[in-house]
Amino acid sequence: MKNSPRIPMPERNPRERARTFDEVKKGYTEEEAVGEAKRCLQCKKPLCMKGCPVSIDIPAFIKELSERNFERAHDIIKNTNSLPGVCGRVCPQEEQCESLCILGHKGDPIAVGNLERYVSDRNMGGHEDTKMPSVGRKVAIAGSGPAGLACAGYLAKRGVAVTVFEALHEIGGVLIYGIPEFRLPNAVVQAEIDELKRMGVVFETNFIVGKTASISELLDEDGFDAIFVGAGAGFPRFPDIPGINANGVYSANEYLTRVNLMQAWKEGSKTPVLKGQHVVVMGGGNVAMDAVRTGFRLGAQDATIVYRRTEHEMPARVEEIHHAREEGVDFELLANPLELLLDDEGFVKEVRCIKMRLGEADASGRRRPEPVEGSEFTLPCDVFIVAIGTKANPIVSRSTKGLETNKKGNVTIIDDWGRTTRDKVYAGGDIVTGAATVILAMGAGKDAAKAILHDLGLNED
Amino acid sequence: MAEILQISNLSEHIYRVRLVAPRIAKRRKAGQFVIVRVTPDGERIPLTIANASAEEGWIELIIQAVGESTRVLRDMQVGDHLEDLAGPLGRATKVEKVGRVLCIGGGVGIAPLRPIAEAFKAAGNHVTTILGARTSDLIILRDDMDQISDELYIATDDGSAGEKGFPTDIFARLLDTGNTYDEAVVVGPPVMMKFTSLKTLDAGVPTMCSLNPIMIDGTGMCGGCRVTVAGEPRFACVDGPEFDAASVEWDDLLNRLSGYDKIAERNHTCRIGTDEK
Ligand SMILES: Cc1cc2nc3c(=O)[nH]c(=O)nc-3n(C[C@H](O)[C@H](O)[C@H](O)COP(=O)(O)OP(=O)(O)OC[C@H]3O[C@@H](n4cnc5c(N)ncnc54)[C@H](O)[C@@H]3O)c2cc1C
Ligand SMILES: Cc1cc2nc3c(=O)[nH]c(=O)nc-3n(C[C@H](O)[C@H](O)[C@H](O)COP(=O)(O)OP(=O)(O)OC[C@H]3O[C@@H](n4cnc5c(N)ncnc54)[C@H](O)[C@@H]3O)c2cc1C
Ligand code: SF4
Ligand code: FES
Repeated sequence: MKNSPRIPMPERNPRERARTFDEVKKGYTEEEAVGEAKRCLQCKKPLCMKGCPVSIDIPAFIKELSERNFERAHDIIKNTNSLPGVCGRVCPQEEQCESLCILGHKGDPIAVGNLERYVSDRNMGGHEDTKMPSVGRKVAIAGSGPAGLACAGYLAKRGVAVTVFEALHEIGGVLIYGIPEFRLPNAVVQAEIDELKRMGVVFETNFIVGKTASISELLDEDGFDAIFVGAGAGFPRFPDIPGINANGVYSANEYLTRVNLMQAWKEGSKTPVLKGQHVVVMGGGNVAMDAVRTGFRLGAQDATIVYRRTEHEMPARVEEIHHAREEGVDFELLANPLELLLDDEGFVKEVRCIKMRLGEADASGRRRPEPVEGSEFTLPCDVFIVAIGTKANPIVSRSTKGLETNKKGNVTIIDDWGRTTRDKVYAGGDIVTGAATVILAMGAGKDAAKAILHDLGLNED
Repeated sequence: MAEILQISNLSEHIYRVRLVAPRIAKRRKAGQFVIVRVTPDGERIPLTIANASAEEGWIELIIQAVGESTRVLRDMQVGDHLEDLAGPLGRATKVEKVGRVLCIGGGVGIAPLRPIAEAFKAAGNHVTTILGARTSDLIILRDDMDQISDELYIATDDGSAGEKGFPTDIFARLLDTGNTYDEAVVVGPPVMMKFTSLKTLDAGVPTMCSLNPIMIDGTGMCGGCRVTVAGEPRFACVDGPEFDAASVEWDDLLNRLSGYDKIAERNHTCRIGTDEK
């Protein structure tokens, strides 16, 4: 079986794109998309679907696409995934559907993500969704990230009146405040949200569940029949090293929020951000890659990732690491910051690091990094960004009696469907699992929606 | 979204705005704040809820015009709307009946102090208040504080109102004349909080301070408001804004607050009015 090579998605030239917030990947043309779709073998037992956390009918949508039935392809995806424009851009397909694609054994797997994105972009804003007839029940959702949006979409499709409460002034969670425009344009997220609005979902921004109103109030006074909590894991962690409170030190969330949500990169934005010449980012995940590449786009001369293990262990997507490299990001691997050295105005000016080596495997099976004695070195640095993970946001759990959390502060769920220890309260996404992925958060939102329908006696089958 | 019901000047740079906010008015407690965005391209800025009426559905903010957002808001009219208003945020002040409570407020910090003093009074405490400012024009809410407090003292740097000197001078005198306090609350500019609380703590009075680090989201997401308290990083927006003054690392906070203006300079962007601060 001869396997034709995958059709690559055109990308902007690295040198030019590293200075703008325009999207890096340009999207397929129709011919490219159809050509790629035609490579699909239409397997009888499609392994790709096993790798998809929300079981999109991948061969079916690809078949429609190969026959240029773009709307039908879109409908098939939308059946299981309400944010295809988002997932087509940020899902780790190489670890999910694409890793299992049969074509991958002998050559390149189908570019499922690129095709999903094409179908979604092509149909963006095209469909007029109609509101479903009301079933007379209403559900509140706390948090408008992918978990909350997926839950809202699923319920609205079945005639439930849904109100999504969001603490910030924009809808979308990490998709809006975290992931930068060059990877996921805010307009793409906005288009998906508009579709939910057309389905009748009501959004209330600037509403902090647990503060503006408690869960009990929403249930008892406002008459919601159930509440889904999708508050995310946005509580940043900081390393315990000297200088960490210096000026010029940001959490990745603060840095990205200033740039992405508050648009600090744009002329006329009132939110300031320190535009460093030497940006150093601590961490090795997608968040770290987003931060370091943003540093370049704000005008840094050099931007460096400091990560304590090797590239092999980096949690970031291969594609993101590759894009970062192309754009000129330096990687200090097997290295860990020890201390931030400050100038006399209290700003960070250097990071003192130490080289690491991988020692014995620990309980998690990963080899533990250990410092190499006497190997300290310093990097010039005027913006230091911490991207070493986040914890659960505590606002909802602190303010809600009977809602149990685990040691880490994540909301405990008592079954696979997002039911919590408190009646009528469901949870899912990063607030339950800790920082994970968009698609897993969406899957959790949808599962909880199913449980809510069941518990409200609105079973579909 | 939030309509302006009233807006008035308390002094040249300090003004009071009353906003329609029924949800927030109903739940807010002393010590809590809101996050405001004045215009569509504006910043998110934190402001303490200085007063509220749950029945009438409004909250009041008292604001010092220091930079762009606070000035644009000052120039708005009754009937205008703020772009965004979210809250109430932060933890409420822990108010108990402890006996004799000392409330010390400086500058615009008198605004956040007002609801705290009111809550302590309502809880049955004897409330002694000392207000301080550079000059008499900057003493805000004098009548309000007079009504709430059992005793009220005023100190100005230039002696244009009350006594010439610092609140700490008055505090020292009150101690000398045999007064004792079970708890102190100090709210004002960070430098003032630092030095004032050193004195109250010295006198053995447990002291709370309301910290005002830079905030963005106010919900624990950005970490920008982190302060070191008892050697641990704490987020003022969800763990505070009030903390035990004895455990606060003041120099960290002071450095991070002053850094802000320097950031503006380093970026070489024009930040209108930074000169006035
Ligand atoms: C910079 C960055 C890059 C990433 N890159 C990728 C990637 O490439 N691929 C991928 O799959 N994943 C990526 N992730 C992870 C992914 O974004 C998250 O796993 C996902 O967004 C989690 O969704 P969620 O709905 O659980 O929470 P979030 O997206 O965190 O949304 C939670 C929302 O709830 C709101 N909220 C919180 N508390 C309250 C409250 N009390 N009341 C009302 N609203 C509240 C918050 O403001 C927020 O809007 C990235 C994350 C970051 C930060
Ligand atoms: C919990 C809390 C409660 C507050 N309550 C009040 C209040 O009741 N009345 C009042 O007048 N002020 C209050 N402040 C300070 C107020 O938030 C700042 O004065 C305001 O953000 C300045 O905004 P600006 O755009 O006008 O000024 P700019 O100087 O243009 O603002 C630039 C940036 O600096 C930040 N910033 C500057 N100074 C401060 C500061 N001292 N504290 C926090 N952020 C700062 C702003 O958030 C903004 O991001 C409070 C601060 C906090 C943290
Ligand atoms: S496994 Fe690959 S070839 Fe087979 S159906 Fe899925 S995408 Fe097509
Ligand atoms: S203001 Fe962002 S964490 Fe407190």
